[in-house]
Amino acid sequence: MSAPSGLLPLDALDSRGSYRVRRSARPSGWLIPVALGVVVLLAFMPGIVSSGDTSLLINVFVLLTISTMWNLLAGYAGMVSIGQQAFIGLGAYAVVVGSINGMEPFTVIPIAAVVSALIAIPISLLVFRTKGGYFAIATWVVASAAQLVISSITSIGGGTGHPIPGLSSLSPSQFANISYWSALAVVVIALAISYLVLRSRLGLVLAAVRDDEDGARAAGARVVLARHAVFLVAALGCGAAGAVLAVSQLQVQPASAFSVQWSAEIIFVTLIGGMGTMEGPIIGTIIYFALQQNLAQHGAWYLIIVGAVAVAVAIWFPRGLWGTLTKRLRFEFFPVGYVVAPDKRVATRLRVPESAPETAVAGDR
Amino acid sequence: MAALLELAHISKRFGGVVVADGISLSVDAGSAVGIVGPNGAGKTTLFGVISGDVRPDGGNVLFEGARINRLDPGARCRLGIGRTYQVPKPFERMNVFENVLVAAQQGGRQRGVPSHERAISSLERCGLMDRANRNAGSLGLLDRKRLELARALATGPRLLLLDEVAGGLTAPEVRDLVEVVRSIRADGTSVIWIEHVVRALVDAVERLLCLSGGDFIADGAPREVLESPAVREVYLGTDDLAIEGTA
Repeated sequence: MSAPSGLLPLDALDSRGSYRVRRSARPSGWLIPVALGVVVLLAFMPGIVSSGDTSLLINVFVLLTISTMWNLLAGYAGMVSIGQQAFIGLGAYAVVVGSINGMEPFTVIPIAAVVSALIAIPISLLVFRTKGGYFAIATWVVASAAQLVISSITSIGGGTGHPIPGLSSLSPSQFANISYWSALAVVVIALAISYLVLRSRLGLVLAAVRDDEDGARAAGARVVLARHAVFLVAALGCGAAGAVLAVSQLQVQPASAFSVQWSAEIIFVTLIGGMGTMEGPIIGTIIYFALQQNLAQHGAWYLIIVGAVAVAVAIWFPRGLWGTLTKRLRFEFFPVGYVVAPDKRVATRLRVPESAPETAVAGDR
Repeated sequence: MAALLELAHISKRFGGVVVADGISLSVDAGSAVGIVGPNGAGKTTLFGVISGDVRPDGGNVLFEGARINRLDPGARCRLGIGRTYQVPKPFERMNVFENVLVAAQQGGRQRGVPSHERAISSLERCGLMDRANRNAGSLGLLDRKRLELARALATGPRLLLLDEVAGGLTAPEVRDLVEVVRSIRADGTSVIWIEHVVRALVDAVERLLCLSGGDFIADGAPREVLESPAVREVYLGTDDLAIEGTA
């Protein structure tokens, strides 16, 4: 290797002001206009496409929201939960309880998110005692237990579920539009929170934990605290997604709201797209719904093809499609990293003196 | 004045293998201590006990007079114990600068210097500034060792634990490394350095210990320790003690 053997004494250098630290490898000034443009375009969708398409998009937004949250958990903080449906179901039932008590269902959505996060605090104290595969199982058990508890409460419908009251004042098209915009708002906020978390100091810690947990600890990171923070954020997002689902479907059933099927879908889209990248769940969700729309009428073949795609990606693109692509292209839509460049404004940077002359050392091989 | 680090009667066994049999050690602030010993003597385990990666079966660890037995590695790092690992643990999907920045942000005790600047000065000190934007996963072993050192430095340690950082380096590189360690000491940081390459240690430390069979068998000035019969005996038949040529 032609690298210089540059272990240098400190006093030879004066780094102050001689480097500039930037975010992202490429100028990302266009990101915010493009993202805003996409959001505005999506906001006008109800006037452009059919109501069937908007209800499909609601499902896309819900799955993207919970996958983005799971990606923070599993892709960054190393917590492979298969029990996020606990918070989806709790968010949905918070809407039931709120609307039974006379609250406007749509306004309950943010409250449902907060309720989910609050319930996540005692749950985290319980499941954080386990690690790895045991953590995955523990979260699943918690989700099943939550379903059983909810199913046993007859005042909110027990095992058969409960309709969402209080929406009869809206016309069908008003209801469809507000449902759509709620889902859009939740997914945009979820992506924004995910992006801001990943760009923060916490995000750098999460990326470090993702790559090497022992190394992160040795660097002084508060790994357990970071995990708690992410667990709460994920519960918040999944609770909001569950609330959107409840409102848009006008009813909640414990067996579907708390279904482990959610975890299967979340894991599929995140692994296909690329775990541990912001873009992964977005790409994965698009692919998942593209497959579903084109193949669902083929019944069993649909599931076989979805399974084959998962296996193929796992073998040939172990980092997921975006994870592989971003490594080759050195490009990312959501730049969360740092880049250091020499600061051209500082003309008189102290030069590094040549290291000691290379006299051969006797006894060295 | 209390010692910076004090180990009192540390014992640790893995199954039937005793790797620490009542080890006691006191390290003064500002000093540099080297530890040698044959393979499997328990050197890295001893570092684990100090850094919090290994929980001893018995004994106490005191840092600046306070018991830190129950603190996890992150908390010990924030107290001022920085360490490198023998097998480097880079954050492979992050670039070199981010690797060091996270240490500067999390481990670094705030001393009025922004974490960006502390990260950059650590990288410059270890000769990695020209690779700051490279992906850490693409680094060779040598650069990974430098990164390991830079990351530990960025946490602003008062005690730096170096675990075989010179292993695999060429003689001029080892000499540069000794210079870096000297400059770290000049800042008032204490160093404990485990090394198989004994010649690096002789020039960098003023006190050398030899660990064998779960306890120290020698403690003193480097050259005296290397010439003591007990140390000669455990290294018998190897050339690991070769220090010829070190001025």
